[in-house]
Amino acid sequence: MKNFGKYILFLISLFERREKLKTYFSLTINECIKIGYDSLFIVSIVSIFMGAVTTIQTAFNLVGPLIPDYVISLVVRDMTLLELSPTIIAIVFAGKVGSNIAGELGTMRITEQIDALEVMGVNSSSYLVLPKIIAALLMFPILVVISATLAIFGGYTAGVFTDVITGQEYIYGLRYEFNPFNIPFALIKSYVFAFIVASISSFQGYYTSGGALEVGKSSTNAVTNSCIAILVADYILAQILL
Amino acid sequence: MIEIKNITKSFKDKKVLHGISGKFEKGKTNLIIGASGTGKSVLLKCLVGLLSPDKGKVLFDGRNFTESDKKITTQIRREIGMLFQGSALFDSKNVEENIKFPLDILTEISEKEKIEKVNHCLNLVGLDKVNQKMPSELSGGMKKRVGIARAIVNDSKYLFCDEPNSGLDPLTAIKIDDLILELTQKLKTTTIVVTHDMNSVIEIGEYIMFLHNGKKLWEGDNKKILKTKIKELNSFIFSNKLMKKIK
Repeated sequence: MKNFGKYILFLISLFERREKLKTYFSLTINECIKIGYDSLFIVSIVSIFMGAVTTIQTAFNLVGPLIPDYVISLVVRDMTLLELSPTIIAIVFAGKVGSNIAGELGTMRITEQIDALEVMGVNSSSYLVLPKIIAALLMFPILVVISATLAIFGGYTAGVFTDVITGQEYIYGLRYEFNPFNIPFALIKSYVFAFIVASISSFQGYYTSGGALEVGKSSTNAVTNSCIAILVADYILAQILL
Repeated sequence: MIEIKNITKSFKDKKVLHGISGKFEKGKTNLIIGASGTGKSVLLKCLVGLLSPDKGKVLFDGRNFTESDKKITTQIRREIGMLFQGSALFDSKNVEENIKFPLDILTEISEKEKIEKVNHCLNLVGLDKVNQKMPSELSGGMKKRVGIARAIVNDSKYLFCDEPNSGLDPLTAIKIDDLILELTQKLKTTTIVVTHDMNSVIEIGEYIMFLHNGKKLWEGDNKKILKTKIKELNSFIFSNKLMKKIK
């Protein structure tokens, strides 16, 4: 509970003694590149294989003489939008971006770079963390949209190449009884998960004390705590919104 | 001038500073010396606001830094320049961006003026053609010089140096000491240096405060320090063979 209170105070401190808006603009753009663009490769690889594996496994487990083939793409579509793209990519995001944020801030803390900012009269938490959170909120939903598209494409490719499903049936399944709310639901999840990963990782990194060993621990804690928080938030959001 | 009154600081049950008072004058290099673990760095952190003292006051030209509202403390902080033990240069920025940083954040001057100021400060600390280098490409001594340049670029009134000589060879250490002394006299800053380097004490100690177990045991200058009769200070000063020979 003490840590949770500290986390809340940390979040409040982001909005105190803010610098000029143009300062945040360039920082946020840089963070968008680091957080969004640099994650594109891993997100793409994971998404394509996620879709491909879901197609093959669904075909293996589900399809029988009474179940039409298009059910495969229907399952891929709903699983991708409702769970796989927002949640699995959030966990990948926590591993890549979360550990990077915690490591960067932790190193800045132990090498007194954060103290240097404070001595200059800069609110270090706001200056360093706010652009990361804003960038995560801007970029992660885009990554989720790209991930969902690539996962569905990966499923299509795997299905057609292995003759599990024809292209026409796959597309028919994608459009069959589509619930449009799944898209805003996936996006709401992505905003929540982006905030969780960026804020928890920043918190872990910002309060690092000690040396290189502690920076490593902060990175590990950032990933672990972010993953747990993502799963808890995933359950709560599903309960509330579906 | 910086004045400290009855500064006391504890961490849990351990009292680190016991009611320390003193005056650090403008245009002088003021040294806080003592063995490791005596509270020098804690006192310095209390002075620059990285730690809050449990009791006592820190006055910057009469302005109370410890009890004022955030506007005043922010204003005072913006008049402070600090050289950290490890230089604390921002890894992601090159030398020019590091030195320019306080100007970007704290001033509205044009980019051209900023670059002129950066080059002027680099010139003052004896560096040139390093603007585009990253901190990882610099030697320890160069990092310290860049750290000093960053500390003075915003016309800081107060200059703090935490162990400026640590990790440097004797020749570079002397150069850094001379630079601190020269800048203090030229820019008329109130300079406070935390050190346990005896060379610095002898070379630049215009006012020296000696801490022992979190208490101020002695104050004076570099001429008086060698004649002191205080046992703890004597054992600190003459702990190495060279100093014993000089004695």
